[in-house]
Amino acid sequence: MLTLECPYCGVKACETELSPGYEAHLKRFGPGSTPEEFEAYMFARKNPKGVHFERWRHTYGCGKWFLAARCTATLEVFGTYPAQVSGPPPEIIAKIQARRPGWTPDGKATA
Amino acid sequence: MSTRLSKGGRLIDRSAAVEFTFNGKRLKGYQGDTLAAGLLANDQMLVGRSFKYHRPRGIVASGPEEPNALVNLGTGPRLEPNQRTTTTELFDGLEATSQNHWPSLEFDVGVVNNYAARFLPAGFYYKTFIHPRPFWKHVFEPIIRRSAGLGKAPTEGDADHYEQAYAFCDVLVIGGGVAGLLAAKSAASTGQRVILLEQTATLGGRTPVDEALIDGQPVDSWLAAIEGDLRAMDNVTIRTRTCGFGVYDHGYVLADERIADHTPGDGRPRQRLWRIRAGHIVTATGAIERPLSFAGNDIPGVMLAGAVRDYVTNFAVSPGDRTVVVTNNDSAYLTALTLRAAGLEVPAILDARDNAAGPLVEAARAAGIRVLTGRGIAGVKGSKRVTSVAVCTQAGEGAVLEEIACEAVAMSGGWSPVVHLWSHCGGKLTWDDTISAFVPDPARPPLNHDGGAMVTVVGAAAGLLDLDTILEGVAQTGVSTRVETKGRRKEDAKKVVKTTVEIPPVWVMPQGAPIALRNKMWLDYQNDVKVSDVQLAAREGFQSVEHTKRYTTLGMATDQGKLSNINGLAVLADALGEEIPQVGTTTFRPPYMPVTLGTLAGEARGEIFQPLRRTPMHESHEKSGAYFEPVGLWRRPYCFPRAGETHEQAVHREVLNTRSALGLLDASTLGKIIVKGPDAGKFLDMMYTGVMSTLPVGKCRYGLMCNEQGFLSDDGVVARIDENTWLCHTTSGGADRIHAWMEDWLQCEWWDWQVYTANVTEQYAQVAVVGPNARKLLQVLGGMDVSKETLPFMQWADGTLAGFPVRVYRISFSGELSYEIAVPASHGAAFWAACLEAGKALGAMPYGTEALHVMRAEKGFIMIGDETDGTVIPQDLGLDWAISKKKTDFLGKRGQERSYLANPNRWKLVGFETLDGSVIPDGAYVVADGVNANGQRNTQGRVTSTYYSPTLKRGIAMGLLYQGPGRMGEVVECNTVAGGLVKARVCDPVFYDKEGEKQNV
Amino acid sequence: MSDPVSALQGARFDGFAQIREIGPVGMITLRAKGLKSLDKAVKAAVGTKVPAQRRIEVNGDRACAWMSPDEYLLVMPYAEVAQALAALAKSLQGQHYLAVDVSDARAVFRIEGPKAADVLRKLVPADIDSMEPAELRRTRAAQVAVAFWQQDAGFTLVCFRSVAGYVMGLLSHSAQPGSEI
Repeated sequence: MLTLECPYCGVKACETELSPGYEAHLKRFGPGSTPEEFEAYMFARKNPKGVHFERWRHTYGCGKWFLAARCTATLEVFGTYPAQVSGPPPEIIAKIQARRPGWTPDGKATA
Repeated sequence: MSTRLSKGGRLIDRSAAVEFTFNGKRLKGYQGDTLAAGLLANDQMLVGRSFKYHRPRGIVASGPEEPNALVNLGTGPRLEPNQRTTTTELFDGLEATSQNHWPSLEFDVGVVNNYAARFLPAGFYYKTFIHPRPFWKHVFEPIIRRSAGLGKAPTEGDADHYEQAYAFCDVLVIGGGVAGLLAAKSAASTGQRVILLEQTATLGGRTPVDEALIDGQPVDSWLAAIEGDLRAMDNVTIRTRTCGFGVYDHGYVLADERIADHTPGDGRPRQRLWRIRAGHIVTATGAIERPLSFAGNDIPGVMLAGAVRDYVTNFAVSPGDRTVVVTNNDSAYLTALTLRAAGLEVPAILDARDNAAGPLVEAARAAGIRVLTGRGIAGVKGSKRVTSVAVCTQAGEGAVLEEIACEAVAMSGGWSPVVHLWSHCGGKLTWDDTISAFVPDPARPPLNHDGGAMVTVVGAAAGLLDLDTILEGVAQTGVSTRVETKGRRKEDAKKVVKTTVEIPPVWVMPQGAPIALRNKMWLDYQNDVKVSDVQLAAREGFQSVEHTKRYTTLGMATDQGKLSNINGLAVLADALGEEIPQVGTTTFRPPYMPVTLGTLAGEARGEIFQPLRRTPMHESHEKSGAYFEPVGLWRRPYCFPRAGETHEQAVHREVLNTRSALGLLDASTLGKIIVKGPDAGKFLDMMYTGVMSTLPVGKCRYGLMCNEQGFLSDDGVVARIDENTWLCHTTSGGADRIHAWMEDWLQCEWWDWQVYTANVTEQYAQVAVVGPNARKLLQVLGGMDVSKETLPFMQWADGTLAGFPVRVYRISFSGELSYEIAVPASHGAAFWAACLEAGKALGAMPYGTEALHVMRAEKGFIMIGDETDGTVIPQDLGLDWAISKKKTDFLGKRGQERSYLANPNRWKLVGFETLDGSVIPDGAYVVADGVNANGQRNTQGRVTSTYYSPTLKRGIAMGLLYQGPGRMGEVVECNTVAGGLVKARVCDPVFYDKEGEKQNV
Repeated sequence: MSDPVSALQGARFDGFAQIREIGPVGMITLRAKGLKSLDKAVKAAVGTKVPAQRRIEVNGDRACAWMSPDEYLLVMPYAEVAQALAALAKSLQGQHYLAVDVSDARAVFRIEGPKAADVLRKLVPADIDSMEPAELRRTRAAQVAVAFWQQDAGFTLVCFRSVAGYVMGLLSHSAQPGSEI
């Protein structure tokens, strides 16, 4: 059972105090979007073995949604951060790369 | 005969005798005994029967690994089956009965299976009961079910109570032996919060039995000193009788504390489930001795050598006057010496090794014990009790060299570290050739949240099988420094200490045993799996250890293979011609020990099984005899039956009374969410399909919410409170979900919008005053103008009624003149009483949710969850009028544009009236011509709501029908539960007051 | 009008700790963030400063608790809610905030006695021993949301009104004599 630190209230919350919200950093496609774009937004989900970004809500706490960078294979948590971003912040990426050399956000190898 | 010795017994208190019964026989023991010790002290060696062959079974072990000696413990509301006698503390009045036999333990007819054993090989069930197919359900399964199972399932409710508790620490040490105690002290000395768990009632582990001195001190005084030190530290918590049984992600550990198992009925909780979050976990779980596989190794009287020592030293119990020791390692010599010291006879030590040396061996020889090297057991004689052993050479095929009379056999096939807790979260094992066992590989530990090692193993659990290296190991693995540097990398880990003990592999005795012997070598005592079964599985192609386990049921009994797994996979590896590490182990899963269901349920039982939400008027409803139904976690009155009334009659009366006079509904469960801010209007225009930003202050508007796929998710009336504030009503039980949905969008998508929300559902009690006399009631209560002119339909007003501060909404879910009145919850019960009292003269009656449902269905109003199921869009329900055409965007708009949802041929909402006036059954489909590929009738629609309408005096229904609205007047057929069909005419879903005049008066 | 009644009308249980339902207690949910006059508004409403993250500022029978980065819980005598709301409205006029009376939506319990913490240990997945003085913890008690803090040699625990009976059941079960941890 995971422990994730809520970046808003600083509580190291037990998984039973949280609700999962699945993949983070999805871009919303509304009216006017192509079927492909809408499909990607609605249905196409990453399922990586390794680094993954997720949404969690501190349901039994401050009620805020936050994001977590986590390894789905080892359950290592690289960091949690507020949800008001469109992509993982640089310090989170740095933390991941410190632990997973060669990993990049877009999956391409580093130069 | 096994018996009590006149002297000794370090754990028993001879001044405190206890009386207990086994199969009704009155027996005597002492405080401090385990039930197993008490049984042995009374010469009750035979304690049960095996699962498959019903062979007589005796006590083998002295701890949680015991496979045989399981009993039904207690009676009536305190009966629990499959309780281990070896871990059950004896208490005065304990009642135990043996299991898995009929008619009696001594004479069991099921033992015929034993003689048919050659016809019941591995996979017998799979092979035999496949054909003919129908026989499985009607013939084989009932027979197998009757003969399967060990203990009796209790039939009464559990008289005990249980609880759970949470604990947090920096270091959790599981196991209170010497290694665990030292690790705890080491960690605690650095100021860290330490919890130490020990599954038995006393600390010390095996050492007090196996050693005389620690660090030059007598063991007991050494233990007393370290326990004293630990108990004196504020940062240390010691919990005995507490088994850490599962290690989970991020340092989460579950442990079972047996508080009152040995003092039943004393009022304390029987057990407590500890939910522990530890920064680091140290497992000091020791090792379990392995049996040797020789013919007849399951006959009562054949015991583990370490267990024999335990019974003699801890409980002063002799397994018999003459015990033959058979071993492949030095530790069993200690058993011989212990027996000898207790004045008992050891006719021989049969050592499978060609050479035996070392201090214990020399001590045994010096004591004059006959030591035979290179020898093994060809067979054990006896049926319900060992009578003798036949000796053979280990190297040969079992030719009998001599026969030695004895009452017990103490066997040791070496020791397997208890690696379960290490492995639960992915800690890897490595094969140690020196001790012929899997040991934790410190380089591949289970990982914590920071990527560092989550578990450290110390003591025998790490493969250190002698006290010196255990002490050295704890010192050198440095538990304290290891934990201080959280996040240390796994590659830092080095195994620094190596045990001096050597245990050569002896998996089959004698090594060249023919099938006749292998057929009698038990691996899994409880499930009756023999060496020959595993070999057969290998021959039949089961190469994976996981498959072999399931095919043979090896290790699948309640002991989960604590004794049998390593021996079994060694036999499998040999049969496959592979090395043991290549074959690998089966997966170790929690729990390490069986945990009773009551403990897992904890407090969640009876009244507090789950939270039950009550409205402020709940007590009043109970007093008036309401029949409740669950709505989410709420309990709402379904109807208010009067004396002599059925629920159906009550519902009909409530509907008719509301339509003709006055009904009162407790609508407090309705969700209420305040949305406020400069951008609140814009936000609600996104949340709802309709336009809320233009709603004038003081007015109400019905709104629909969809998910992003376009499917209808919730509905309710929105009221504009002031320029910046809206109040959104949600469905009962939907408030939390919708509030979370709103917050999700505000926090994660439109975080720059200035909007605040607050869920105020429980702040208000809400009463719906419904019916032709509704206005009159409000006028009688008095305090505000509720006339048609001042408060027309779909408006709200603040004011007072009968002195209560209220907000009155003129909205209707019944089609009648209706006011929904919100009053602070602390006044809810009083206001409800005031309405009932003042309403008496106006014919007021409370009505429940079923009358509400009938009335809304009569009006053709949809209900979320009835007409919707997550695949229905508002357009399917004819709610196009509530969807804005002008808005460029709202949640669900893009989803609804998808071709499948925009298809005009979708099933759409219509009404159904049966030709014969009957009520269509719930869940009915509208059938179409022909059948599908499965031979089932094709469908063209389904009924979503169906009721008897007391107003119209016939059945009415709503449903979704292929091209429905274009088929008015057509007669279709709906299927019924009974298998018949009922004819119904397609009609307008509004059955009552189509013009809506009544609600608008 | 009748007197306001709390959910359980002052139910009590005496076990190894004492459980009392108290109330009704006045409570206001205040949602605001980064407002210039927030300090002044809270001061005017309950006479405390704005609490730091996860802290509760207590001023006699009034208090202000940090609930989230943009949410505070104001506590006061039940009869003073309207007055406090008016004070907030006055101080925060023209700014973006939300203040609502939630007094009736809550049930409030006191858990008292030397072993009061053990009652909570059985119900909440929070590390009570590591909590700072005057820290308010929002979490769950068994299956429902609660908030609690230490005050006057005991704990004050707040839950939703509809589950007051459930929470009373939990607390009583946990405080059973003989079940001391």
